[in-house]
Amino acid sequence: MFKYIIRRLLQLVPVIIGISIVVFMIVHLAPGDPILMMLGEDATPEDYARLQRIYGFDRPIHEQYLRWAGNALQGNLGVSIRQGAPVSTLIYSRLPATIELAFVSVVLAVLLGVPLGVLAAIKRQTPVDFFSMIVALLGVSMPGFWVALMLLTYVALNVGWIPMFGRGGSIFNGFWQLITTFDGSELYDGLRYVMLPAISIGTAMMAIITRLTRSSLLEILGRDYIRTARAKGLTERVVVFKHGLRNALLPVVTVVGIQFGAMLGGAVITETVFAWPGAGRLIVNAIQQRDFPIVQGGVLMMALIFTLVNLTVDLSYAVLNPRIRYD
Amino acid sequence: MKKLVKNRSALVGLILIGILLFFSIFANFLVPNDPYDMDIWVSYGAPEWFREGSQYILGTDDMGRCVLSRIIMGSRISLLVGAVATGSSLILGVFLGAIGAYVGGKVDALIMRLMDLILSIPSILLAIAIVATLGPGMVNAMIAIAIVRIPQMARVTRSMVLGVKEEDYVQAGKALGFSHGRILFKHILMNCFAPIMVVATLGMGTAIVVEAGLSFLGLGAQPPIISWGRMLAMGREAIRSAPHMTLYPGLAIVFTVLGFNLLGDGLRDIFDPQLKER
Repeated sequence: MFKYIIRRLLQLVPVIIGISIVVFMIVHLAPGDPILMMLGEDATPEDYARLQRIYGFDRPIHEQYLRWAGNALQGNLGVSIRQGAPVSTLIYSRLPATIELAFVSVVLAVLLGVPLGVLAAIKRQTPVDFFSMIVALLGVSMPGFWVALMLLTYVALNVGWIPMFGRGGSIFNGFWQLITTFDGSELYDGLRYVMLPAISIGTAMMAIITRLTRSSLLEILGRDYIRTARAKGLTERVVVFKHGLRNALLPVVTVVGIQFGAMLGGAVITETVFAWPGAGRLIVNAIQQRDFPIVQGGVLMMALIFTLVNLTVDLSYAVLNPRIRYD
Repeated sequence: MKKLVKNRSALVGLILIGILLFFSIFANFLVPNDPYDMDIWVSYGAPEWFREGSQYILGTDDMGRCVLSRIIMGSRISLLVGAVATGSSLILGVFLGAIGAYVGGKVDALIMRLMDLILSIPSILLAIAIVATLGPGMVNAMIAIAIVRIPQMARVTRSMVLGVKEEDYVQAGKALGFSHGRILFKHILMNCFAPIMVVATLGMGTAIVVEAGLSFLGLGAQPPIISWGRMLAMGREAIRSAPHMTLYPGLAIVFTVLGFNLLGDGLRDIFDPQLKER
């Protein structure tokens, strides 16, 4: 097992190098002069010279890459053109909001999706099944940012205590406060703000989980050992939940993990709609302002986190499923 | 009975897509008003439905243009971008996946690592970054969507070709001295057609959502081209006064994506029950 983990970590190295090259090329593939593009038409010669020095655009391209990658390895992702602050600082300050949003979305999606999928599987070919499949189908067909717009229009505008934009207190801090001091105010404040963005992002995921739980449970319930369990005279509840669901949830765990990773970087448009101060919105704003150091650093960070989350999912899958061989 | 239930999904999907194609092909004749005609006196007009003498059934936008007409016109861009992007990713993905699986060894490893690389960046983020690099616009949006969709096509094709490669009829073709190209494209790929079509159909839905997202951020088709994503972006500015500006273009997207998802699901069940729910 240990060897397997080491090997997987080593395999990450070429992937990370590849990602860094792709991200580096983002600026260099752009047609025209990248500095002029960043500064706009009204660039002064001083600004131009300053940026050329900062980026070392006068150097050969491989030298530029090595310099940038070397700095990135030391945590130096450059300086934002518009905001003047180090890119790493800007990204780190936005990450908690992004992680919080992804976390709440996942929790919401699992809490709704798994029971709905189980219900559909147990009540197969009944109106309950039909209804949950319709919900699942609609869920994957609705763009998350449109759900966001609809929630803003028809919920936030009509319910006074639900805010439309921004982020309240931190959910994690709020939860800690609740269990240590019995003060739920920060948690309430955080939940008020995170609720609608989380529903917007979580809807598609809930739909995926519902379908997967249903099909996985149906498949397991058709197995021989389930028939054995029934033949033993176990109650249906024990059969479904203890023998069936425990095994059926394995693929669901994998999908939840992968989706969590995807949500971190994939929620960019929804973050924009709700003015959620996350890393995705930072990147989108940077793109609109042609602030390329942020775009490079942000995409690099997101890809790294995404890759690491996926690796963790793979590893935990290996732990959860003893039948997987580690070679 | 089972097959009928399964086919029903494909049938409904086909009907939805058929309606959509009809509207986009004959858009010029079907629009109730000129979709480009501005009239600021009736801007942000609420839907009038089919009342006596109503002119703007689904209301008007910020410039007083007919929302329904713009939705009908906009279907062209969604379908066009979706089809071109999916088609390109299909051709490239199938080519890469098939070559990798057929040749094997280093070529295969190289191609698949490249695909892993694309997959290691969240796809919407990568699409946004690509369009940001190339500059906003419809063609660049197509390129970006095609690139992020290639790995899935390549992976499915590869796994199918790996399965078919060892079949007897392929071996027979080799024994008869057919060229590699003939074996690969005529014998192997023809037998991988069904699952690839399923992935492509489901991919249409995804491509249309990504296109809407890019247009929503102002990175897709530029005005005066009408796109649903852009309509949503305009509507976002007016959700208090004119919610119909976001509701109906969004419903059009859901309708379209739902059609492709239903068709894809149905095809999957008909062609290959094994492929169900990866």
